[in-house]
Amino acid sequence: MSAESRSQNSLVSVRSLSFSRGDNNIFNDVSMDFERGKITAIMGPSGTGKTTLLKLIGGQLQPSQGSITVDGNDVHRLRRTELFNLRKRIGMLFQSGALLTDMNVYDNVAFPLREHTKLPESMIRSLVLMKLQAVGLRGARRLMPNELSGGMARRVALARAIALDPMMIMYDEPFTGQDPISKGVLVHLIKSLNVTLGLTTIIVSHDVSETAAIADYIYVVSGGEVIGEGTPEEIKHSGSEWVQQFMEGSADGPVHFHYPAREMQDDLFSSGKRY
Amino acid sequence: MLELIQTLGKSTRAGFTKLGRGTYFLLQTLTGILEIVPRPRLLLNQMYSVGVLSCLIISISGLFVGMVLGLQGFYILSDFGAEETLGVMVAASLVRELGPVVSALLFAGRAGSALTAEIGLMKATEQLSGMEMMAVDPIKRIISPRFLAGVISMPLLAALFSAIGILGGQIVGCGLLGVDDGSYWSQMQSKIDFFDDIINGVIKSFVFGFVTTWIALFEGYDTIPTSEGVSRATTRTVVNSAFSILGLDFILTALMFGDD
Repeated sequence: MSAESRSQNSLVSVRSLSFSRGDNNIFNDVSMDFERGKITAIMGPSGTGKTTLLKLIGGQLQPSQGSITVDGNDVHRLRRTELFNLRKRIGMLFQSGALLTDMNVYDNVAFPLREHTKLPESMIRSLVLMKLQAVGLRGARRLMPNELSGGMARRVALARAIALDPMMIMYDEPFTGQDPISKGVLVHLIKSLNVTLGLTTIIVSHDVSETAAIADYIYVVSGGEVIGEGTPEEIKHSGSEWVQQFMEGSADGPVHFHYPAREMQDDLFSSGKRY
Repeated sequence: MLELIQTLGKSTRAGFTKLGRGTYFLLQTLTGILEIVPRPRLLLNQMYSVGVLSCLIISISGLFVGMVLGLQGFYILSDFGAEETLGVMVAASLVRELGPVVSALLFAGRAGSALTAEIGLMKATEQLSGMEMMAVDPIKRIISPRFLAGVISMPLLAALFSAIGILGGQIVGCGLLGVDDGSYWSQMQSKIDFFDDIINGVIKSFVFGFVTTWIALFEGYDTIPTSEGVSRATTRTVVNSAFSILGLDFILTALMFGDD
């Protein structure tokens, strides 16, 4: 699909975005489009600001330049109440799950419903059980967050993220630290929620195979810039050496194995006592 | 030398910036209190963990402080043959000073540190961020109920402290040392003024509760989200609260009891 038609059909569009933290430039003139109803992945090594990008989209951080529009709203020009109304239509899955530790699974999933709707408890119960059923944890509703495994906590957080039936959902490193079974479950869930609920999905990840298996479009980010984009197939056959190194996980390449340092010989024969 | 001035300037600026953030945080918290009105459950839960759970430490400390006051007071007063006024001495010290101050210090150690650690860990585990992304304002949902609970609990805890302290003084003074029970209570009744002593004490503990809870919540909210950050913030809560309580106590005492 051409870039133009992608941008026309996009739910979220990022235009000429720059963001810096202190003297550290995290994004430099980045533009991206996230198509409606599709799974778009942002990939790149750790520390390239992928999570920061999700926080920028959610309006938790202010860019130094550029704009982000979500469903036609310029996120950073909205007033607080408008921003909150927009956020009700966005689900987000944090890396840690971010479950409220003083509530059990059931109350965690019911939390957004109780905060934002005036539904009677019987209705909330049905909705919560349906959402928990979708992630396969209806039987775990009485457990507290500290009794859940990492994978289960993320599934509960996922049930909570879809509690208000959002139009889009953002996943922050959903596969990190998961065993193969949990990974498989999450991959399956992300895909099936995307298809059955028609959710626009943004995944931030550095797990190449899992992400490439379900993504419709991939942006590869490094050093504050988009260094490659395309369908998983296009990315796999990308001409960029950098993208190739990332996708194949080679130890050395454009990204060096060694942290910048002076010559080994000079270092060993220098007279410094420490360091 | 230049470096020293630079460091001084930097830390002064950082101090003022933090004060500014803290004030803004307080204003947000105060506006959030209105939202508790339709949901009293949020407040009651916090009153339980901040107030009710502090009752034991406050009661036991109050009892011992009162007993010590009874003992020390008796030894000094009996030199002047004035041991019948023991009740006045115990009650005045407790209601005016020790009740509000000691209970506030205990409160900072027991409830304040717990609040900082709780909020700090909520920040470190992205729970606050998560709430924001669910379009729930964490200040209104988490901070304001805790703040109000602290401000309401503090005067009640100070009153409990003073009341049990007075009983402790009576146990030692009348029970062990032979002060007349009737004069212990009647002297107290005639000399302790409701407005000058009791209300001033309540105002003090209200101010201490306000400041301590504010410091505790802000330190937690402003913490660096790591385990070291939370541990430092908890320490700062206890230290800064103690300084503020003692400093403010001097100022309030000078304002309230200056004319006596």
